[in-house]
Amino acid sequence: MIKKFIILIFIFIPIKALALIEVDITRGNLNPLPLAVSPLSIDETSRKNFEQILDKDNIGSEISLIVENNLRTSGLFNPLDKKAFLQAPDIANLKPRFEDWNLIKAQALITGKVNYINDKLRVEFRLWDVLAAKEMMALAFTTVPTNWRRVGHIISDKVYERLTGEKGYFDTRIIYVAEEGPKTQRIKKLAIMDQDGANNKFLTLGNELVLTPRFNPASQMVTYLSYFKNMPRVYLLDIETGTQEVVGDFPGMTFAPRFSPDGKKIIMSFAKDGKSDIYTMNLETRLVERITNHPSIDTSPSYSPDGKYITFNSDRSGYQQIYVMKNDGSDVKRISFGNGLYGTPVWSPRGDLIAFTKLHKGKFYIGVMRTDGTGERLLTENYYQEAPSWSPNGRVLIFYRETKTNSKGEGFSAKLWSIDLTGYNERLIKTETDASDPSWSSLLSN
Amino acid sequence: MRLNKILKNALLVISAGIILTACATKKEVAVEAPKKEETKKEETKKEEVTKIEKIAGQMQGDVYIGTDSVKYLADGVADRVFFATNESILTTASRETLRAQAAWLRANSNITVVLEGHADERGTREYNLALGERRANAAKDYLMTYGVSSDRITVISYGKERPVDSGSNPLAWSKNRRSVTVKAN
Repeated sequence: MIKKFIILIFIFIPIKALALIEVDITRGNLNPLPLAVSPLSIDETSRKNFEQILDKDNIGSEISLIVENNLRTSGLFNPLDKKAFLQAPDIANLKPRFEDWNLIKAQALITGKVNYINDKLRVEFRLWDVLAAKEMMALAFTTVPTNWRRVGHIISDKVYERLTGEKGYFDTRIIYVAEEGPKTQRIKKLAIMDQDGANNKFLTLGNELVLTPRFNPASQMVTYLSYFKNMPRVYLLDIETGTQEVVGDFPGMTFAPRFSPDGKKIIMSFAKDGKSDIYTMNLETRLVERITNHPSIDTSPSYSPDGKYITFNSDRSGYQQIYVMKNDGSDVKRISFGNGLYGTPVWSPRGDLIAFTKLHKGKFYIGVMRTDGTGERLLTENYYQEAPSWSPNGRVLIFYRETKTNSKGEGFSAKLWSIDLTGYNERLIKTETDASDPSWSSLLSN
Repeated sequence: MRLNKILKNALLVISAGIILTACATKKEVAVEAPKKEETKKEETKKEEVTKIEKIAGQMQGDVYIGTDSVKYLADGVADRVFFATNESILTTASRETLRAQAAWLRANSNITVVLEGHADERGTREYNLALGERRANAAKDYLMTYGVSSDRITVISYGKERPVDSGSNPLAWSKNRRSVTVKAN
């Protein structure tokens, strides 16, 4: 399905100016860059056509709202109030009157135009440097009208990339577990949504317990744990076709699955006789390989982005700690030595950091450390939170948080949250139901 | 060594008791003079004390010893055993329960069982799945040493997914750290 609707045609209009504006994303940004997202202009015929197809009064404004919302939630930008804009969208797109935009303190300006051409949606947009009075970027896309939200996300990614120098993460999706019902009998379903919470869809019915879905970084496949027929096993799900299959033929529980960076293998734990070890299965050859062999619990494996190393947690020292080893299981080294227990290590897509969950003195933390265990930095503390997953550009972590119940055992909730690598910009991600176990997809386009 | 640990736990409980009584006495002295507000405080304090004592009566160390969620497979055959935090070691009480289960299973040789291993909510999901499996296997091994054949026992872990007590307190967690023997036929 996805493939079919990525008929996006990029027309690159050459970039003329050098950027004067730069956003530093390596530090906590307490002064987000003020910018103006002018509503995309639209002619009356196009507006009516899209109103009919998409049931949206003004698709130009809707797309610009998506851009505005994305840039705001990144914490790096401060989209200004549209009421203060002095110039009409259509004229601004031709040639902004920079003094006007300067007056409202916008440092960057996004303008654009939407057209209805041969049943297609054509969107062009421009990014302007207000201080230098120059165009920084101009792009146009043509796609099917139902793709309009993705156009907004792609524009956001382009702007983010142009202004920060790093790839964006807006044209992405989150797979997670939707939760309902009392804490003692939770009903759990696989669900998927756009990164901004739109287009939520349930992928299973809730008849069996499902846990820990993870995206294949190379395709639209998902691996997860299902208690189908009361046998907890790792499954593979194709979200385009809906087909599911058990991964491997293990005489016991398999769990904690993740894909290798090339998407060709699944790495997971297999529990037998009170011991959990790490295994891989090659999805093409079906070859199963045992990676660890230890009487302890070895689980939550995650590959380095080059596929050469694996991080995992093990209680071989007596308590749950984080380890790194070569991808064949050799050269196992413990890397977490701080106070408390460490779990759920996930290697950053940039390769330099490992995100983790830490339990210390009754509190749960999400943190990061370098891959040799140095430079531990705790980003957030709470009653219960775990399972960080990286945005594809390695700048944001998504995780879930559970609340403490009151003396009657009431008031339980589970929600998705995100936080920047800097430790700033902590945000609740709204979901229709309670939610846990989020996993971030790669960028869908580019 | 294990006995040592239990003794230590018992000592802890006793000393905690002493400290609590000590606190209570101290408070009473202070109460004599001042007024209503103090008495109110005193009351809540007393309430807290009884609550803690209640917990102390239901837990040994941090292992649950009460009967709150316990069901019975047969007369006098409790269906579950409890564990300390992050542990899968069987306590003396657990072994006694499992010996009763083994005797019942030997007497009813047509019955097969599923051992369901569980963890409390204070751990990461994946680790807890493994921990539940380890706990259920500890129970399985013990049943086997008392003459129950392994082909009559299936093990399944639910990790922290199926708590019996939805509380967020040490007593609730202690009830949730368990291996439950369930009749499968």
